[in-house]
Amino acid sequence: MTAVISPDTHHDDAHEAHEHHGPTGVLKWLTTTDHKIIGLSYTVTAVLMLVIGGFFAELIRVQLSAPYEHFLSFAQYNEVFTMHGSIMIYLFAGPMAFGALANIIVPIQIGAPDMAFPRLNALSYWLYLTGSITMLSGFFVSGGAANFGWVGYAPLSSAANSPGAGADLWIGALLLTGFSAIFTGVNICATVFYLRAPGMTLFRMPIFTWNLLVTSILILLAFPVLTAGLIMLYCDRHFGTHIFSVQGGGVPVLWQHIFWFWGHPEVYILALPFFGMVTEIIPVFSRKPVFGYKGMVFATLTIAALSLGVWAHHMFTTGTVLLPFFSIMSLLIAVPTGIKLFNWIGSMWRGQIWFSAAMLFAIGFVITFLIGGLTGIYLASPPLDFFTHDTYFVVAHFHSVVMALVMGGIAGLYYWGPKITGYLLNETIGKIQFWFLFIGSQVFTLPLYILGLKGMPRRMAVYPNNPGWQHLNEIATFGAVLIGISTVLFVVNILVSWKKYPAGDNPWDGHTLEWFTTSPPPHHNFYRLPQIRSERPTWDYNHPEAPALTHGTHEEK
Amino acid sequence: MEVQPSAPQGAGPQPTKHRRRWIAALIPLTALALSGCTLPSFGAYKSDTTTGQETYHLWQWFSVGAVIIGTFTFLLIVWAVLRYRRKGDTIPKQSQYHIPLELLYTIIPVIIVGVLFWGTVVVENKVVAMPKTNVKIHVNAFKWGWGFTYPGQNAVVVGNTTQEPTMVMPVGTDVAVTITSTDVMHGFYIPQFNFSRYALPGVTNEVTFHAVKTGTFTGQCSQLCGLYHSLMYFKVKVVTLKQYAAWQHSFDTPAGKLAAQAAANALKIQMSAGLPVVSAVTAGVN
Repeated sequence: MTAVISPDTHHDDAHEAHEHHGPTGVLKWLTTTDHKIIGLSYTVTAVLMLVIGGFFAELIRVQLSAPYEHFLSFAQYNEVFTMHGSIMIYLFAGPMAFGALANIIVPIQIGAPDMAFPRLNALSYWLYLTGSITMLSGFFVSGGAANFGWVGYAPLSSAANSPGAGADLWIGALLLTGFSAIFTGVNICATVFYLRAPGMTLFRMPIFTWNLLVTSILILLAFPVLTAGLIMLYCDRHFGTHIFSVQGGGVPVLWQHIFWFWGHPEVYILALPFFGMVTEIIPVFSRKPVFGYKGMVFATLTIAALSLGVWAHHMFTTGTVLLPFFSIMSLLIAVPTGIKLFNWIGSMWRGQIWFSAAMLFAIGFVITFLIGGLTGIYLASPPLDFFTHDTYFVVAHFHSVVMALVMGGIAGLYYWGPKITGYLLNETIGKIQFWFLFIGSQVFTLPLYILGLKGMPRRMAVYPNNPGWQHLNEIATFGAVLIGISTVLFVVNILVSWKKYPAGDNPWDGHTLEWFTTSPPPHHNFYRLPQIRSERPTWDYNHPEAPALTHGTHEEK
Repeated sequence: MEVQPSAPQGAGPQPTKHRRRWIAALIPLTALALSGCTLPSFGAYKSDTTTGQETYHLWQWFSVGAVIIGTFTFLLIVWAVLRYRRKGDTIPKQSQYHIPLELLYTIIPVIIVGVLFWGTVVVENKVVAMPKTNVKIHVNAFKWGWGFTYPGQNAVVVGNTTQEPTMVMPVGTDVAVTITSTDVMHGFYIPQFNFSRYALPGVTNEVTFHAVKTGTFTGQCSQLCGLYHSLMYFKVKVVTLKQYAAWQHSFDTPAGKLAAQAAANALKIQMSAGLPVVSAVTAGVN
């Protein structure tokens, strides 16, 4: 394993002495505390969850392709959309963001040998896996899986309204994955604060690592609130408390406050890591530094701060919240988000853009996120929210956003996959996959915006009174099929490219430390480190003649 | 509300030699923004209540802003992608900061947000205002149907998934609607009024409608409430004041009283325990 030690490493003798001679094969995967292998386990599990959640999405779209379709029963439909949302949010997007790629990349980007608490890291993964199995097992109990939507609003989620073990398994799964997230948050914070290599100051950290640090802080602020809420909900269901039930003097809306106090930061917990991925990819494939690096960091911090004060914009129509406060806080988030968007454009400006599959997905992310971001501004305005709330307009809005995040995630896999496996994916299939996903996403979401404005509420199994909505629904279903094809292409690509195209250490002319080490990196990641004098140590090492220009030297003279 | 059509121009990173093209692209959009009275609907309902129409205009102006900013940013992305595709192996200039530009695309969005917020607050205050009125309707949502009672009057209307109930209200006057639920959360949603409000157990929400024309509109539950959520429809029938008075009087006849009594009983059963849905009992209209 240590055959490729570079000649100029001295300190590796000691390292070699206790080189990793652990178990191999399946046992290695079960017992490992190596962040790269844990990250890979996260990746495989999360992509599997994406496939399962995507399958449920296709079921929903088939059901809605006609006004009174009997493909699913009402009860099955409620279970399917609940599990679609729950899987995508709790089991795919979060773990993909801060479990999979963060685990693999953050320690390497800051020149650390592993996460700060490797065993806790392993525990995080096993909690996530058991949580995922717990949630899915709801389909195998009498009464079926949870069926009250991924938000589990009280009192619909009470024992009287939703009896059955499926709901309890849902609560249990959220507790398990919640603790998994909290532990990961602790781990990433500690790693970033204590294990940075010499020279890696905070303002030399890559944006991806910055975003993961901020994400982790948000996790630590938000997830314990959800955990507390879930315990209250469980007590209401089984131990006779009345926290959310009117009959016992409780307040149902309290659940929404607790849920969204977690739920809105959660939106950014999901989004920031993917923003980070795109912020790594666009500059590398434009052969330029990130445009406005410090502005980017402050934008991220601003988004995080604001995200803690906007939860009630999900509750404008409850009539129980202070509308102007939550409106202005929500509108203001558009400002730092806009800064990010223009910084991405600025990073491409006057660059040399290489349209690799990863870069295409990143550009697709920017465009799709632009649509999702702009439609989000409407929803921050209470009067406009009044008539779009709980309609397909909202569904379309957040699906534009999450489809953008999916593109960001796949960009990340095309970009960093070779680092962790040592092999590239097929670029041609990747580009075909991109066009299916990009076009499919727009064909899927755009009709939903119109349907929402026409008055189609979400979570409808049928729409017998409005047969006129059928055509738009059919178009959306067609879009969903295109997205499904792109997912199949991704799996095909992994199989076709299996150990076929060796990547080399630095296939993309990368900027950051992960491209300095081997692919895959050795146990404890580095044989040697370059001097870290900017946020692009690998670039500086490979291109000493082209450092980033500092403030004030932007004019072409 | 003013959207600033010329503002985003400067936000492009140093567009000097291509500035004219951007201006050319913005002219039709600017013209669109300035021709206020003929703004397109952008897909929303024009609405048949005063507050719904205010909301509709707010929607239009938000959309004008979104279209201008969206088109501008989209063109910037497409331009960057096409213009700066890789042409060789030379390393481009490694510029990283442009403080004036960065400030520009921070400050302009802050101003735009300020304008949007101002418009929001103006319209919102009208939508949530509750002027005094004598016409009152109380909405009771339950799994899975609606009950409409008229405080101080005999009229009671109840319906469920098999028989849609109709809420009758007069045109040209303020109608105070109070909304509550007997079991889980429901959404009292009337698309053509551009309005929805949760029906919450234990809370009574209030809203005032001022319909501007007669007609029948559909409404339905917008908040997931269990198995038959998708079938929880109702109708809103806006009639003249005269017709409204006549309709109210129909409940004062012996037959009308009987029908109202039956409906009231059905609603009572519904409200007492959140029991499974009763068989259809509808009184009143038609």
